Amino acid sequence: MSVVLAVTAGALVAAGTYLLLQRLLTRIVIGLGLIAHGANLVLLGSGGPPAAPPVIDGSGAPISDPLPQALVLTAIVITFGVTAFLLALAYRSYLLTSSDGVEDDVEDRRIAGFAGGGST
Amino acid sequence: MTGVLIFIVLALVAAAAAVAVTRTRVTLGLVASAPLAAMAIWTAFAAESDVLEGTPLTGSIGWLPTLGVSFDIHVDALSLVFLGLISTIGAAIAVYSAVYLTDLAKARRFLALLALFAAAMTGLVAVDNIYGLFVFWELTTITSYLLIGFEDRKGSARAAALQAVLTTGIGGLALLGGLVLLSQETATTSISQLVANPPTGTVGTVAIALILIGAFTKSAQVPFHSWLPGAMSAPTPASAYLHSATMVKAGIFLLFRLSPGFSTDPIWTPVVVTVGLITMVIGAWRALRQTDLKLLLAYSTVSQLGFITALTGTGSPAMLHAGLAVLVAHALFKSALFLTTGSIDAIAGTRDIRVLSGLGRRRPTLAAVGVLAAASMAGVPPLLGFVTKEAAFSALIDTGQWAALAVVAIASVATVAYSLRYLWGAFATKPPSPEADPKGFDAPVAPMGLVLPPLVLGVAGAVTGLFPGLVNRFVSAFQPGKLPLIPGWKPALAVSAVVVAAGVLVHWHRDRVGRTQDRVGSLTRRLPSGDRAYRGAVALLNRVADRTTGLVQSGSLPVYLSTILVATVSVPAVAWFSSGSSVDLHPLSVSVGEIALAALVITAAVAVTRAPSRMVAVLLLGAVGYAIAGIFVIYAAPDLALTLLLVETITVAIFAFVLTKVPRRFEQERSRFFGRFRAVLALGVGGFVTAASIIASRQRSGPSDSEIYAELAPTAGGSNVVNVILTDFRALDTLGEITVLAVAAIGITVLVRGLRSEPGEGT
Repeated sequence: MSVVLAVTAGALVAAGTYLLLQRLLTRIVIGLGLIAHGANLVLLGSGGPPAAPPVIDGSGAPISDPLPQALVLTAIVITFGVTAFLLALAYRSYLLTSSDGVEDDVEDRRIAGFAGGGST
Repeated sequence: MTGVLIFIVLALVAAAAAVAVTRTRVTLGLVASAPLAAMAIWTAFAAESDVLEGTPLTGSIGWLPTLGVSFDIHVDALSLVFLGLISTIGAAIAVYSAVYLTDLAKARRFLALLALFAAAMTGLVAVDNIYGLFVFWELTTITSYLLIGFEDRKGSARAAALQAVLTTGIGGLALLGGLVLLSQETATTSISQLVANPPTGTVGTVAIALILIGAFTKSAQVPFHSWLPGAMSAPTPASAYLHSATMVKAGIFLLFRLSPGFSTDPIWTPVVVTVGLITMVIGAWRALRQTDLKLLLAYSTVSQLGFITALTGTGSPAMLHAGLAVLVAHALFKSALFLTTGSIDAIAGTRDIRVLSGLGRRRPTLAAVGVLAAASMAGVPPLLGFVTKEAAFSALIDTGQWAALAVVAIASVATVAYSLRYLWGAFATKPPSPEADPKGFDAPVAPMGLVLPPLVLGVAGAVTGLFPGLVNRFVSAFQPGKLPLIPGWKPALAVSAVVVAAGVLVHWHRDRVGRTQDRVGSLTRRLPSGDRAYRGAVALLNRVADRTTGLVQSGSLPVYLSTILVATVSVPAVAWFSSGSSVDLHPLSVSVGEIALAALVITAAVAVTRAPSRMVAVLLLGAVGYAIAGIFVIYAAPDLALTLLLVETITVAIFAFVLTKVPRRFEQERSRFFGRFRAVLALGVGGFVTAASIIASRQRSGPSDSEIYAELAPTAGGSNVVNVILTDFRALDTLGEITVLAVAAIGITVLVRGLRSEPGEGT
């Protein structure tokens, strides 16, 4: 796998992680999109250096590894489905709460409060 | 022979299911007691084989043979004694329960649990594999938990059940630890082989200590005894079964099973004898003070269990013989007494000694049963309680255990006294007192089902007392010994006479004894007790659990994700660096176009993170996607490039739709520290991905699997290998992918349209 591809994938994952680690759902969705791109590049790079497109045309020229391409194709479509679903979630969340932020879990805060209060 | 036993155990489990469809309580009683009666008959037949001559019945059901775990069946004389008690007393109690529990739904649930419990108990005494033993041990714990907490609407019953399951559960874990240590040390999982070749040395001692903790918690020995009186919140038939013949006897069974081999260990004898004697005295002392008949029996059970435990301490055949005989006697009279108490409760509506008065005159048959059983408990001839206690006294005298004899004699005096207290409290006509409220005597005549089972058990105690050979046939096959009805003019008889006389005296002066007990009680109230230790431990456990949960489970999504990411990056990184491997970093040929597109992707990705508004961020994300499509072109993947261009366009469009509803600008981040932290973490994760993909892609040792796909593509009727893979070779993957899209589409429809259809909530 070429170093350029690896660095690009790393940069995409880094930017995506940065966005993932905060509370606005739209930013989280964008972050996930970036991470998915990074993962696709890693998959693609695992097929080795590029050659001819994986189409059998009788010329006998060496072709690129088709399996990673098939995997990436599936991943692109799945990412699309997930992104669309998360955006619909953000949309509904905003309609209900006037914010697309992910708040702390109320139950968990309550349990943490038990420990602080010392009563069981 | 053992196959039939397995069949009976399965029949018990089937009966637990079958009672759910019974229509009347008569059929209910029949269904539940039939397998137990069959087991009693089986026991009688098994006694005719060579078991009592020392040839155990064996069989085996493999379970996890590669781990050495199998249900090896090993029925010897000791198992037969327990099987006899489990089956006969169980059948009597099953019949009794069907009458006692007047609500059919409750009776069904109760008898189902009782049948399951009996099945677990049967397995426990018949299995020879330590892991099988542990499984059945825990099954009795779980089923007894459900029986003790049977009145699940009552907080006190649930608390008592919890205490029982926690105490015996922790003991069960200790037992498992001890058993695993033993099997590691001796390389066998067979109990009979363990007893034949007992472990030695420190490991053996530690293992034995753990096993003893398990046995002591189960058999309610000091300081773990406090769960047993609490367990009296169970329906009385459950108490009768659990605390006379089964649950608490499981620990004792283990002591009997292991004592012949393990009593050579330096800690076995001192610990078992001391704990047993202390338990015997404390239980008897407490029993003398109770005003609830059932609690009196509970503490009496604690005391008797201590007695039997102490007898298993030395491992001498005479003591073990006497101990097992006492156990049989105790099972008979204690189950009869519990059932009698249940009948008193059902007739008079109370079990309080201070309230009950004149019951003996009104219900002479029940009183006769009570006298028969209580006299056996007190050790009055010619009942089995007397015969077996004589055997215990003789064994103690013959082996010269004078200190133990003194303690046992003193506790036996208390036993006589509390037996009399039980009879006086339950049946005597007392002068009217302020608390006395002789109500409920007009209750309907006790049905036969409430009198007959305790009567049978009480008479069994008398018959086996008159003909002790019936019991000794089994007991002496476990350990040789005699069980004569007429012991002759021996010192043991004198001890018995003195004990009974002193017991009567103590009961005569019960008021003075009661005052002394109150004075001692006020002195010892501040001493640490098992009950207080239990409550303290549970409170501490809850506090620690709350603190830990509060710390670990903060409820914040970024904190959770950070934790996962830090672990994901650091664990493999540490492993890589500590392995000392190196990576071959030779640059592969790259084209100028690839470098240019990569620079574009990286720049756009960094810009996304700095974008001030949502729309800018989405457009930059689109730019990243288009640039990557370019990289796909360079990597000779035209299908990918086309698909990605299409998908990116639709994604940006959906984003644009959503962004018309939410504010355009991002809100400010709340914490500056966390902002820096996540930048560092994000760079770490990115660097990890880069390093991992370079390292991993340099490890290829053979050609790609997909060469075969390229060869086979023409046979599948296509020339585009990627397409053929998706639609033919890996068509099921594609089917899954389509399903995911369909599910997402349904979810999106509901999320977006569902809201609009709700009336009064316009958008």
